[in-house]
Amino acid sequence: MTTLKDIQMGVKYKVAQINGSGAVKRRIMDMGITKGTELVVRKVAPLGDPIELTVRGYELSIRKNDAELIIVE
Amino acid sequence: MDLRIALAGNPNSGKTTLFNALTGLNQYVGNWPGVTVEKKEGRLKNHNDVKVVDLPGIYSLSPYTLEEVVSRDYLISERPDIILNIVDASNLERNLYLTTQLTELGLPVVIALNMMDVVKKNGDQIDSKALSKKLGVPVCEISALKEEGIKEAVDTVLKSVKDNKVTIPTHSYSNEIEEVLADITEKALANVPKEVQRWHAIKLFERDSKITEKLNIDSRALSQIENDICKVEKELDDDSESLITNERYLFINNVIDGSYKKKRKGETTSDKIDKIVTNRFLALPIFAVVMFLVYYISISTVGTWMTDWVNDCLFGDELSLFGLALPGIPAAVTSLLESINCADWLIGLIVDGIIGGVGAVLGFLPQMLVLFLFLAFLEGCGYMARVAFIMDRIFRKFGLSGKSFIPMLIGTGCGVPAIMASRTIENIRDRRMTIITTTFIPCGAKLPIIALIAGALFDGAWWVAPSSYFIGIIAIVVSGIILKKTKLFSGDPAPFVMELPQYHIPTVSSVLRSMWERGYSFIKKAGTIILLSAIVLWFLQAFGVEDGSFMMVEDLNNSILAFIGNLISWIFIPLGWGNWEMAVATITGLIAKENVVSTFGILFGFAEVAEDGAEIWGTMAQAFTSLSGFSFLVFNLLCAPCFAAIGAIKREMNDKKWLAIAISYQCIFAYIVSFMIYQIGSLIVGSGNIIGGLLGIVVFAAMIYLLICKPKSVN
Repeated sequence: MTTLKDIQMGVKYKVAQINGSGAVKRRIMDMGITKGTELVVRKVAPLGDPIELTVRGYELSIRKNDAELIIVE
Repeated sequence: MDLRIALAGNPNSGKTTLFNALTGLNQYVGNWPGVTVEKKEGRLKNHNDVKVVDLPGIYSLSPYTLEEVVSRDYLISERPDIILNIVDASNLERNLYLTTQLTELGLPVVIALNMMDVVKKNGDQIDSKALSKKLGVPVCEISALKEEGIKEAVDTVLKSVKDNKVTIPTHSYSNEIEEVLADITEKALANVPKEVQRWHAIKLFERDSKITEKLNIDSRALSQIENDICKVEKELDDDSESLITNERYLFINNVIDGSYKKKRKGETTSDKIDKIVTNRFLALPIFAVVMFLVYYISISTVGTWMTDWVNDCLFGDELSLFGLALPGIPAAVTSLLESINCADWLIGLIVDGIIGGVGAVLGFLPQMLVLFLFLAFLEGCGYMARVAFIMDRIFRKFGLSGKSFIPMLIGTGCGVPAIMASRTIENIRDRRMTIITTTFIPCGAKLPIIALIAGALFDGAWWVAPSSYFIGIIAIVVSGIILKKTKLFSGDPAPFVMELPQYHIPTVSSVLRSMWERGYSFIKKAGTIILLSAIVLWFLQAFGVEDGSFMMVEDLNNSILAFIGNLISWIFIPLGWGNWEMAVATITGLIAKENVVSTFGILFGFAEVAEDGAEIWGTMAQAFTSLSGFSFLVFNLLCAPCFAAIGAIKREMNDKKWLAIAISYQCIFAYIVSFMIYQIGSLIVGSGNIIGGLLGIVVFAAMIYLLICKPKSVN
């Protein structure tokens, strides 16, 4: 089981599952990270957190804490 | 009644640009009822009977953010005549997600497909006819920036209103969900108007607590519905909210399949810029350069020149214009009033009270406008989101946003524009925290106080000034950590899932407009409180009992202010400076912090003193010990800022309760810190009393406890 927090940069992954609940989960999904969505981690912020990823053709930044909720394959 | 168009769309979709194009200068800014979210309305150009309501930029209609709740409440209960949904064509998938929710509201919807010029330039293709057919909504191609297609869009909107054709959503959910939705409608929504039944059914299915509460459904039906939802959740293996979201995006994939062709290609210009700007190694240096430029131009040079000119010339002694030496406004008005034999008190009121107060408001404006110009540009071009991205890691620990860096930096120059700069922070909790803590940073006007204390009591020791900044930063960190644990800042953690928009050059007019709007709102909302306080304080200083009767006093010692100083000075005894002169100096510091120095000058018998008060250093050294002096300094650095900054806090909090919270917190915090410094310090140097020292230690221990204790979990 790999989470979005520790995947390789520049490699395409598919979202398998999103953990968590309530506001955090809804927000993540509202922004277009849903089951089966393809995403690529673009870069990590200079201070090591948050990360930037491309999803559905646009750039999104997400904290590592929240990225941990997203299971990818 | 007037026709009402609700303008809805994602942040960064060009909504503001479109709103400006639709309404021109014909707009007014207010607040959504009961909340501090800004509400903009305007009249459609050439259609004076059509109102355009600009909803906040939102990604969804979930119950979790204030902006989203405000928007959906408006759409559901105020029922505008039509929704004009602006969709960023260069970011179609995510933008259409909101569309799928808007079409369920039982209102007519028209889509304005914005940034078609960018799409075409990239070589991508969008078939807007196919899009329109698949979504069941009229679609107009526009470019808000170039003002193309706006007229056609307006015509389509007006035609749709005339036809009054309510949009029927073309998407449906899987059979299992649809069955439950039908069941919910039957069991719980019989009394709800037909056109909003579907929306409510979906919200009940999502277990949207706000809607469930509002509908007041009987508990039996509710538990039956809950049963049904649980069954589907088990069957489809996800929670109901996620099921709906998933299916919306699946529908969008299907819509896009036939109507959107992306040309396969490499990086866009925006990608290339971002590669450099947020590069692991270059990001911080570039950030430092950008911040330096903003600070240097708006605080150190251009902005300050303009502000100094307004303060020292226009509202000062002498004005030189095109080589002509003219008197400043106060001097000119004084001589005019004297020539008509106006009473002294009236001259005082007009010149020192009113003109002084207006000067205090307008004096900050030039600097502020320069700063706002930069902020508008940084926001417009997309860099501001990167600021949050780069600085997030440091600031979030203290309940602040990465964007709080800018207010803090500007705060070293002047707290007023710093507080106004907090507007760029979206999350309301982060914004409030920033507003409360920003003025802990010593601003330019506090430097004379530092110079006075350092010079008079510490022989100009090098460490006094740096320690002030250090204390300011520690105050922010400590306050952030402690306040974050209080009820005021608790609640759902705001997820930091933030879009990093494409870079683009904003138009000159949009930057200027944003600059002006902020400047104007400062004059309007902050101006009143500043003006009023200036007049009240002038009165307290100028009047009092002299020679047995109440009159305008010559000597500040006889003023009402001195009386008040005497009355309250005991409060400061535990801080080591319980003299009335010191209390009065602290109060006059509220007009402008540098007044602390000149007030001491007057009270110690000097008419006018240098900026660092060198003339009174000797007297100061007798009145204070080093410890009480330092305690006085710290209190004046941390306590309530000047009236102008208080006005700015009022404007940005937009709420009396929060204004009161901010000011009282600052004063209490300042008191506690000064108390600890004086009492524990006295104990160490052996001059204090045991009880005070112990109390100081107890307070210190309590603060440490608050810093390390775990926050109570809030359900």
